[in-house]
Amino acid sequence: MQTRRQALKKSAVVAGLLASTGLFPQFAFAAYNTAAFEAKNIQDALKALGAGAPVESKDITVTGPDIAENGAVVPLGVSTTLAGVKSMLIMVEKNPASLTALFHMTDSVEPSFSTRAKMGQSSDVYAIALMGDGKVLFAKKEVKVTLGGCGG
Amino acid sequence: MADPMRIRAQAAGDKTTVRVLMAHEMEGGQRKDAAGKIVPAWYIQEVTATHNGKTVLTAEWGPAVSKNPFLQFVVKGAKAGDKIAVNWKDNKGDTRSDEATVS
Repeated sequence: MQTRRQALKKSAVVAGLLASTGLFPQFAFAAYNTAAFEAKNIQDALKALGAGAPVESKDITVTGPDIAENGAVVPLGVSTTLAGVKSMLIMVEKNPASLTALFHMTDSVEPSFSTRAKMGQSSDVYAIALMGDGKVLFAKKEVKVTLGGCGG
Repeated sequence: MADPMRIRAQAAGDKTTVRVLMAHEMEGGQRKDAAGKIVPAWYIQEVTATHNGKTVLTAEWGPAVSKNPFLQFVVKGAKAGDKIAVNWKDNKGDTRSDEATVS
């Protein structure tokens, strides 16, 4: 486990390097969709991913607690029973940037993922599936947060 | 170099559940330090999982994923003894790759 001090020291060094070369980290990888992750709301994030307007679907499942005591660690999951899913997204509506995680499917993996996310405040959590045929399906669930995990 | 990941892959029938616990700060770029300066963002951006060398999952993450991230996914057709490897890359270009055997 890295201590906080080491982490801070390391981040200072890297920040210094980046400043001296004028290179920003987001330009380092072409594949990473910076625009989508910086989008402030769900519509903009979907637009940045080239997806259309989402339609609510019963076949998508979003899992998460009804009440999360600690917003820094909220277990969230997305899954679907549908075939032909291209990517699955987890979005938290009221976070500073909605898009939390984006999973690209392959044939050898089930469309079911779980992770943990930070939530700044109580918000709807969206599970969005980008289908191979261009459809965008979503399901949402409200998660109440007692203690926010984004600022401080 | 970052600390190792903890990976656990358990087969049940033809499906293997893989659970990964990564060690990463996942600084969101929203927090302020004691001096009131914003702590720069530092988080995992890309995660790749391979099964016996074949890529089965790629994921892109934002800064809103929790510190020391947890990830669970299900791989089809993996058998006991197969290798599952997980690789991540953060926004500072640091990477880490770890491998586990399906049990």
